[in-house]
Amino acid sequence: MKKAVSLLIVVIMLVTFSGLASAQTELSLWYHGAGNEIERSILIGIIDDFNASQSDYTVALEEFPQGSYNSSIVAAALAGDLPDIIDVDGPVMPGWAWAGYMAPLNLSEGALDDFLPGAIGSWNGEVYSVGLWDAAVAIYARRSDLEANDIRIPTLDDPWTGDEFDGILETLQATGEFEYAFDVGMAWAGEWYNYAFAPFLQSFGGDLIDRSTYLSAEGVLNGDAGIAFGEWWQSLFERGLAPGTSQDGADRETGFIDGRYALQWNGNWAAITALDALGDDALFLPAPDFGNGSTIGAASWQFGISSSSKNKEGANAFIEFAIQDEYLAAFSDGIGLIPSTSGAAAISEYYSEGGLLEVFFELSNRQALVRPVTPGYATMGLIVEKVFADIANGADVQDTLDAAVDEIEQDIEDNGGYGFEM
Amino acid sequence: MISAATARKNAPLWVRLLLPRDAPLYQRNDAIMGWLMALPALVILTVFLVIPFLMAFVISFTNQRLISPNPAEWVGLRNFERLLTIRTFTLEPERDESGAYVYDGGSLSYPRLREFTRNNPDYPELDGLREFTSWQSDDNRTVILVGDVVFLRALINTLIFAAVIAPLQGGLALLLALLLNQALPFINVFRSIYFAPVVVSMVVVSLLWRFIYDGHNGLLNTILGIISFGSFQPVDWLGNPYTALPAIMAMSVWQAVGFHMVIWLAGLQTIPASLYEAAGLDGAGAFQKFRYVTWPGLRNTAVLVLIVITIQAMGLFVQVDVMTRGGPLDATQSVVFQAVQRGYDKQDIAEGAAISVILFVIVFTIAMVQRYITREKN
Amino acid sequence: MSYETRERLSLSLRYALLILIAAIFIFPILFMVMSSLKPDLQLLRDSASLRAFLPVGDISLNNYADAFERVPIARFAFNSVFTTAVSVGASILLNSMAAFSFAFLQWRGKAFVLSLIIATFIVPFEVVAIPMLLIANNLPWIGPQGIEIGWLNSYHVQIIPFIADSLGIFLFYQYFRDLPDELVEAARIDGASIWQIYARIIMPIAGPILATAAILKFLIMWNAYLWPLMTIRSEELRPIMVGLQYFFQLNIAWGEIMAYLSMVTIPVLIFYLALQRAFIESIATSGIKG
Repeated sequence: MKKAVSLLIVVIMLVTFSGLASAQTELSLWYHGAGNEIERSILIGIIDDFNASQSDYTVALEEFPQGSYNSSIVAAALAGDLPDIIDVDGPVMPGWAWAGYMAPLNLSEGALDDFLPGAIGSWNGEVYSVGLWDAAVAIYARRSDLEANDIRIPTLDDPWTGDEFDGILETLQATGEFEYAFDVGMAWAGEWYNYAFAPFLQSFGGDLIDRSTYLSAEGVLNGDAGIAFGEWWQSLFERGLAPGTSQDGADRETGFIDGRYALQWNGNWAAITALDALGDDALFLPAPDFGNGSTIGAASWQFGISSSSKNKEGANAFIEFAIQDEYLAAFSDGIGLIPSTSGAAAISEYYSEGGLLEVFFELSNRQALVRPVTPGYATMGLIVEKVFADIANGADVQDTLDAAVDEIEQDIEDNGGYGFEM
Repeated sequence: MISAATARKNAPLWVRLLLPRDAPLYQRNDAIMGWLMALPALVILTVFLVIPFLMAFVISFTNQRLISPNPAEWVGLRNFERLLTIRTFTLEPERDESGAYVYDGGSLSYPRLREFTRNNPDYPELDGLREFTSWQSDDNRTVILVGDVVFLRALINTLIFAAVIAPLQGGLALLLALLLNQALPFINVFRSIYFAPVVVSMVVVSLLWRFIYDGHNGLLNTILGIISFGSFQPVDWLGNPYTALPAIMAMSVWQAVGFHMVIWLAGLQTIPASLYEAAGLDGAGAFQKFRYVTWPGLRNTAVLVLIVITIQAMGLFVQVDVMTRGGPLDATQSVVFQAVQRGYDKQDIAEGAAISVILFVIVFTIAMVQRYITREKN
Repeated sequence: MSYETRERLSLSLRYALLILIAAIFIFPILFMVMSSLKPDLQLLRDSASLRAFLPVGDISLNNYADAFERVPIARFAFNSVFTTAVSVGASILLNSMAAFSFAFLQWRGKAFVLSLIIATFIVPFEVVAIPMLLIANNLPWIGPQGIEIGWLNSYHVQIIPFIADSLGIFLFYQYFRDLPDELVEAARIDGASIWQIYARIIMPIAGPILATAAILKFLIMWNAYLWPLMTIRSEELRPIMVGLQYFFQLNIAWGEIMAYLSMVTIPVLIFYLALQRAFIESIATSGIKG
């Protein structure tokens, strides 16, 4: 008993005085990767290097699971309890910046020169966040299937046209060898819909919103291009070319590898699995061009600084430290994502010259289009997510797009333009 | 000897405040203990439920956002108006220059609604409304236009869900309880198995059942195929607007029926065995025993089960969130799912709060009606 | 057919029915446990056939080992057991006390308060979560450094808001109302105090409903997810259900998820079995069956 009491006293003293013992300033860092052992070890490596490299600051890591990370941050912001360094998903950043959660970065001149455009998070003329990697989406295919059906293998400079692509889907479906010609991943309900499908809409010439004002979607989402996209999109499901919204996660993950789907629209994070299963037969092809160029989504998780941080200088120093090529390459080697700079790509395992996933770096570099850069994206994204699902399920294209436009514009109005001049 | 009324009048104010209006003073001990024993629970409920709900109530009359630098403003009933606006509108068939109807493949042709509901200065009251449903009346088409199609669907779905679940789940639970309320070897094993789904979190259950309901090669289609020797055509249970809500209902009953079975069992065990023996001596059969002994003994339990299931059903959320996110084509939208989606995800906390207030009013009304119908008739 | 044959036939029919129903209730759980033993790709492929229910193919406990590596399971389990145990105990006390007061004691305002309680039952947690967060963030607490404002990131923020709930009160109240009034009257005549009547007479025969209320609270606390997500930022304080999110990465680790789900579900089944035995025995000997 006595022992327990004295132990307790020691513990209380340690807890009470530990704050005073260290002369260094502690920087808190919240990260979305809880549960990913590899990410954790790389990040801890960077933090240890940073802590050892100077004597003013120590960074302390707190990890959150990705699926609920945004809820945790918003709750913390409401409670006035944000960390110094925030990890933020690219399209969400403008919302947090607008709400005053984040402060602009203050990196040294030229620090971001070599970066992929999708890895830099700017809003309102300032850079608020920077990503250590980006992701890219491609059409997964088997060389053998394409050759057996005399289908041309497209290149970045000469992608399939819209009509050509549609014909290819019909051809593949007609072979009878596949359950579906083209798996777009309807099982991944959520942000995947916007990230992965909005580029088709953009390639048709439409968009979620008019990016010149960020105030209106009329004629952009529900204009002729939007309707043309919607009708094509709906026909994918009506013609039985693509599995619909009820696709389960299992089919999404095994369907292409098992040969039940001929083509698959998927991100580079799944590429290693496909390569393991198919070897040389696996191809990663650029998005088709429906008339307005090929586009894919961009912007992944990025680091920024909270506006309530008392140590912005230290936080900036850490971010600048973390975006060195060697760390970007380490992340890429560890989790397969695209390093944000060509310098890092050159020393990475998968994205260097001749690397297995090299193609994705160029995809990201040349085709990436960030999602609309506005605080309204959080709401807009959900509205349009429902559009992709409803049209796939047979809703009237024009009415669905009209309703989405009304809802988007209403939301913008309710929010006083989200900081844009009304 | 002083009268009870005088004694009461002479008591300190706080005692009188606690005593029921016409109770004698010697019951003050009851009243004080009564308050004291209820107080801890009341404090917790007030701080963590009543006050938050009142805050939500206040927020529903503002344009408060979850994340925004803009200060909140009072907007009166705007949020409720947007959710609840309903109008009828009559569409006349299109006519050609001579005034004759235009036919399109044998049927009348109508102008598109969007010509009236979108930026038409002649019909400002229709601006932004959407079609909920429509029907033919003579040559005209009558359209129900609503301000918020999704919310109305959510409301109707939720009411249907509750109306089906309450009798179905309550009834099945009672059947199971009767089945298990017999002295057979291993009966406890069965009791535990029937209860097992209850202990699995709804998130987990919903994840598992997505595999089961898969339209192509899900377990349910596989099993039905085997049972019917291959004649069963696979159904895309969650992908078809007609089967999605029933599929969620079936899963919800499967998950929760064990819990209400246990409540019924607890009720059954309060019925004295002597009553059954007496009924048996009077020559009552199994059904008569149920009718005259079991059912009257389960009165309060029945009220409890009915109200609990109804209220839980009106809170339908997790299944929808994990399995369908309201789709396909809004077939599984629910009120709480919409409240959460708008309040958190779309960051419109004021509209989410308005939906909560509407839900509260509806459920409170249902609960009061249920209590009135099942009240003890003296 | 002799009486005995008929009896035997009816008995086997009853068991057949019991087993058939059991199969319906058990099959998704069987699917979960079997899947937890398989590597991801095989698991997903098997999910299309009856192989889903069989321990066939490449069977191992690897998923369990991996799950332990990914999530600090021991820590999370401790947190959940701690918050759940305290909440279950406290909620039984608070709810039954309140219900006792409603059922047996006369005081002014009782009817009003009772309907208020039923009204709070109607409010789904999801819709008041944000106001609750704001309140919890402004409540005082006595910590090692004196009075602190804000309950976030603690055990008590996970426990105290849930130690009273209207459903629990309602359950006890309905049960108490069915008890014969003579029980209380007789004790009063014997000179028992109100607390003694509650603690010595009523609670000992509240077995079945106590078990129900305990299980209910256990489930709510064990499955707590949204609230801890909003209020807890330290990994050391997170409960077990938040751990589920750790598996939803870019590549979803289905086998590990199934292993984790099996691990969080089986203790609950054991808890239920233990309670059921205890309380069914307690009621059999309490003499209430008259």
